[in-house]
Amino acid sequence: MTLSHETVNVDGWLEAVDRLANGSLTLLGLWADPPGVKMATLDEAIGDISIITYITRHNQYPTVGVKHPPAIRLERAIRDLHKLDAIGASDTRPWLKHPDGVYEFLAAEGEALHQISVGPVHAGIIEPGHFRFTANGEFLVRLEQRLGYVHKGIEAMMADAPLDKATKLAARTSGDSTVAYGFAFALAAEMALKIAAPPRAIYLRALMAELERLANHFGDIGAICNDASFSLMHAQCGILRELTLRAAEACFGHRLMMDLIVPGGVARDIAGDGATQLRTLLTEVRRVFPHLTALYDNTASLQDRTVTTGIVKPEYARQFGAGGYVGRASGRDFDARRQPGYAPYDRLTFDVPLLTAGDVNARVWIRIREVEQSLGLIEQIIGSLPDGAIETELQAAGAGEGFAMTEAFRGDVLVWLRLDDNGRVARCHLRDASWFQWPLLETAVEGNIVADFPLCNKSFNCSYAGHDA
Amino acid sequence: MRKTMIESLLRGQLTEPAPPVDEAALAELAESVNRAARARLGRSLSIRHVDAGSCNGCELELHALSNAFYDLERFGLRFVASPRHADVLTVTGPVTQNMREALLRTYEAIPDPKWVVAIGGCAVDGGIFVGSAAIVGGVKDVLPVDLTIRGCPPNPRQLLAGLLGLLQTVA
Repeated sequence: MTLSHETVNVDGWLEAVDRLANGSLTLLGLWADPPGVKMATLDEAIGDISIITYITRHNQYPTVGVKHPPAIRLERAIRDLHKLDAIGASDTRPWLKHPDGVYEFLAAEGEALHQISVGPVHAGIIEPGHFRFTANGEFLVRLEQRLGYVHKGIEAMMADAPLDKATKLAARTSGDSTVAYGFAFALAAEMALKIAAPPRAIYLRALMAELERLANHFGDIGAICNDASFSLMHAQCGILRELTLRAAEACFGHRLMMDLIVPGGVARDIAGDGATQLRTLLTEVRRVFPHLTALYDNTASLQDRTVTTGIVKPEYARQFGAGGYVGRASGRDFDARRQPGYAPYDRLTFDVPLLTAGDVNARVWIRIREVEQSLGLIEQIIGSLPDGAIETELQAAGAGEGFAMTEAFRGDVLVWLRLDDNGRVARCHLRDASWFQWPLLETAVEGNIVADFPLCNKSFNCSYAGHDA
Repeated sequence: MRKTMIESLLRGQLTEPAPPVDEAALAELAESVNRAARARLGRSLSIRHVDAGSCNGCELELHALSNAFYDLERFGLRFVASPRHADVLTVTGPVTQNMREALLRTYEAIPDPKWVVAIGGCAVDGGIFVGSAAIVGGVKDVLPVDLTIRGCPPNPRQLLAGLLGLLQTVA
């Protein structure tokens, strides 16, 4: 990975905005480090990542969102959290903060249109968010999301926090991706501290990350089928998910593997019989999962619900830089494990599945294929786990900046942080993949029937907690 | 499909025996229950869940309660879609400023008698998020709490032990 930092003037900022708008750069993140505003971009053709900083004047910076819509919500968040204004922005409504008063939803006008208002409290055991649907009979003509309900002020709490406290906060940004967040935070902190984790820790991190991916994909595949009323798949995938979590607990002492990845390495080595436990898991999954895949593929009533439902257009996936199965089901060939890439994945063999149909079915298939890849990765890791220490001692290295991306099950997690002279976190920004996936859900449901929304939504499985932070 | 179903039947059940009831939970609950309520509810409780600011970790383990290993419904406990159908409100997360009103409204929509269960370290007192301006605090800072189930997140056995204590005391 080539990573460059640069402070730019207004011309440099606007040039980057133009390159985002014409598609030659992909937006990875936009956040504030007052008085500066920072933008991370990826040049997908050559794989270069660039972080540019613009120092605001009178707490203002030129808008990105007007020319490049994926930045709109990020600008609204920056205004809420740091009181820096995007000049020229078309949408200045609050986003993560919910002040008293009426929130103005976008208008959808026409004869025979009606609105359906859902949330923040939803019917299932899920996270809170508000969906405002406008429908014409059964057909959706507009969905507008309102998020921020689980905003806990994680980044504000990290400011001036000691590294161990910040590590715990990062691990609780999105519980389903606690490993991926811990991983990205540790890599960013290690870059700032100019240290590297020992080889054994690096492999154990990837082992945890692949177990997390497996557990979540099993959960998702089952839950998507359940939203099409096919509960048999849900029950069977639920068993595989539980077996995976039990294997994780047997190996690392925690079902979700929370707080195990720390700057410098991992907090706990794999249990003595861990490799045996995992081989048992792999054998069971390989015995059962192909039958479930065939069941999914051969059940016409289920396919009838998932095929051609909730299509994300490839051009939107590209424009929004959508990561994970949302992007890869719509032709965006991106996986943070490969680009920018990080250890130990550079030494492991795996494929990144890619489809172009962009419907619910394609997002299911990407997950199925990724399950198969993760099984192979786990096998490689336990077969080549290096001996040695699991933690490098942290040493004060003075002030520094760090940046990392890891591939969570739903897509890329980005962490940028700045440490002060005492090794405390001066500022940290965590960007969930959901920031660039939620807006695509709004596009994917258009023209679908209301009853297919849960199916579309589950096939995205965006994070509320990771987004709201 | 038939093959998968037959195989499942032949394999025998995965469902495990119930964990022992959490004694601490029983003591905590004893005060909040009266006999009239017990008679009215029978041996079943309907649960409405609200995530008031959780990281989603607790939700994952609440979901696990419905899998083949824990099978929550065999105890007469079930999650329902509307607070109007509920006897129990389970709440996870520190309560955020942005969820305070929605949590209160959900509680008010549940008919009496009703009980509140705070689930996870954050729900107890705000947990690691104590001190953030974006949160109100723990669940007890917004609603009367009858039972707490600790853990980050509590695992399904701990959740089951707590909820069975509730069932034994209330219903």
